[in-house]
Amino acid sequence: MLKITNLHASVGEKEILKGISLTVNAGEIHAIMGPNGSGKSTLAQVIAGHPGYEVTSGSIEYDGQDLLELEAEERAQAGVFLAFQYPIEIPGVTNAYFLRAAYNEIRKAHSEPELDPIEFLDLMEEKLKVVEMDASMMQRSVNAGFSGGEKKRNEILQMAVLAPKLAVLDETDSGLDIDALRIVAEGVNKLKRPDNATIVVTHYQRLLNYIIPDHVHVLAGGRIIKSGGKELAHELEAKGYDWLLEPVTA
Amino acid sequence: MTPTATYSDQFAALATPAGAPAWLPALRQQAFERFTALGFPTTRNEEWHFTSVAPIAERPFKAIKPAATTLTASDLAPWILDPSWHRLVFVNGRFEPGLSQFSELPAEVEVATLSDALRESPEWLSAHLGKLAAFDAAAFTALNTAFMQDGVVIHVPKGETVELPLQILCLADAQAQGAAFHPRLLVVAEAQSQISLIETFAAIGGAEYLVNAVAEVTVADGARVDHYKVQQESTDAYHVSTVQVTQGRDSIYHSFSFAAGAALSRANIYTKLLGTGGEARLNGLYVLDGTQHADHQTFVEHIAEACASRELYKGILDGSSHGVFNGKVYVDPEAQKTDGKQTNKALLLSEQARVDTKPQLEIFADDVKCTHGATVGRLDELPLFYLKSRGIGAESAKALLTYAFAAEVLETIENDPLRLALERAVFERFTHASFE
Repeated sequence: MLKITNLHASVGEKEILKGISLTVNAGEIHAIMGPNGSGKSTLAQVIAGHPGYEVTSGSIEYDGQDLLELEAEERAQAGVFLAFQYPIEIPGVTNAYFLRAAYNEIRKAHSEPELDPIEFLDLMEEKLKVVEMDASMMQRSVNAGFSGGEKKRNEILQMAVLAPKLAVLDETDSGLDIDALRIVAEGVNKLKRPDNATIVVTHYQRLLNYIIPDHVHVLAGGRIIKSGGKELAHELEAKGYDWLLEPVTA
Repeated sequence: MTPTATYSDQFAALATPAGAPAWLPALRQQAFERFTALGFPTTRNEEWHFTSVAPIAERPFKAIKPAATTLTASDLAPWILDPSWHRLVFVNGRFEPGLSQFSELPAEVEVATLSDALRESPEWLSAHLGKLAAFDAAAFTALNTAFMQDGVVIHVPKGETVELPLQILCLADAQAQGAAFHPRLLVVAEAQSQISLIETFAAIGGAEYLVNAVAEVTVADGARVDHYKVQQESTDAYHVSTVQVTQGRDSIYHSFSFAAGAALSRANIYTKLLGTGGEARLNGLYVLDGTQHADHQTFVEHIAEACASRELYKGILDGSSHGVFNGKVYVDPEAQKTDGKQTNKALLLSEQARVDTKPQLEIFADDVKCTHGATVGRLDELPLFYLKSRGIGAESAKALLTYAFAAEVLETIENDPLRLALERAVFERFTHASFE
């Protein structure tokens, strides 16, 4: 589904990703772990099409298309979803309007009929349950005045509504208490299907107690320095990152 | 002909309304002399630095005697917020009782046209008309005072609450071509009384005319006045308005000015907080395109202690439009514990749009909290990316964020039908989608 080959990306003059190669197949969950500043979030944002990063070389193939040729909205319409580490507040636009606009734009892109507000409300009723959110959240402005946990749940709600093929969760666990973490993780698990894939970007192993990855990659200094199965996450939890970093810096 | 000469001939020919009290011609004469002495302001005048009224001065706008309108209630529908509200309708400056709505008001509350009030309560009027709207240094106020023909007089006695809002609709149509209108509004809200009013200025068709409005609003001790103004004049029209308010102890005056029409508009909103514990809230939104120019000038005078003032003005500018905001706050040496906050934000949608913003704080008391902030900018990248990352196309995302920018200030409108009408107008203008 996703094939990243020797990807290099920069912010201004500074190169952050220095040759990432990664293949993700349908039905898989990949965890990308690594110390702060390793380039994890950059990778997530480059996949989503953040305008602040420049891809200087390498390629990303998604579903047989050149992902880097697509605008951010075209990527979303093709089924790519990024759960933001810091979800953006949009005072003045209700969650309900925002979600329906997004949902309908994606339907439109697939030549499917759009839902009217009443039909959409029915859909929402079911999706709100996935993240245990109250319907009143729909009438509030997008993320405005939401707590950290509410913002992250709102990201997963959007994921539930938009039903992406490839979901990238960027530090979705950061700033969550244990209950919110459980709700978010269960939401992700409920949305799991054999034909979609998930990339979980995280600093800590704890989210991976709830979302069990098939593959774990360690990113440091803009490169993947180690890949393994889910046991690698446990090893990192026990030993930290230093044992992996030493050979790189030596 | 010099600009003021255009008006000299008209003034000489001006008839005093039938049955008007003797003091009226004297007031007019005094005002006209002042206008002649002042002339139209130029950009050398600090108060008009960013707004040239030369286009108004150059055009020989004339008072007209309009025929009774042929418009019907359905023509007015776009501006009528609620048909059950008390409503006074003027078409081309002429009061139209047939299009107005006379709802039940508390027995002691008076709502009348200025011409009726001049006949029926001249003594009461002489004590209030022209008392707040000083024209020593204000040419447009002098011109209005000299030429005012009709308008609205509202008197809410002590302790009375007018439950339903009151709407004043001033419409111009093709008959207004080349005309000057000088509508006048007088509101006296006595102690502990309450009233909410909406002034709507709008046009059917694209005539070129001048509206030069003056309002005087007294908000006595413990009274509350909500005063909304919607300016949707023809885009070839000129609109100048001045609102002068005095506030007593623990009074509340909330103003909202929406400006989307006129080739050139200037709105002056001035309030004096004369009694302890008063609250003034002056908010507004202007939405401009093409070569439109809109200028708002606010002036809050904190004369008494422990008063609060809040101002939030936002502007959305497209094309080569020009927005101006000049917010003055004066804090008297006696006005300790003043709490003042002023914010002005403008969103530029094009390279050619321009905004001038000038906050002015003059603080002569030491125990005060006064802040002001101004931002001018374009849409932020990050919210745009957020919307796009959810599948919303670039143009729709920009439109939605432009609406969101406006919504922050529209949300402060406590009158639900008006808030919804303006939200809808702004939403549909930018998104070209229907508003639910």
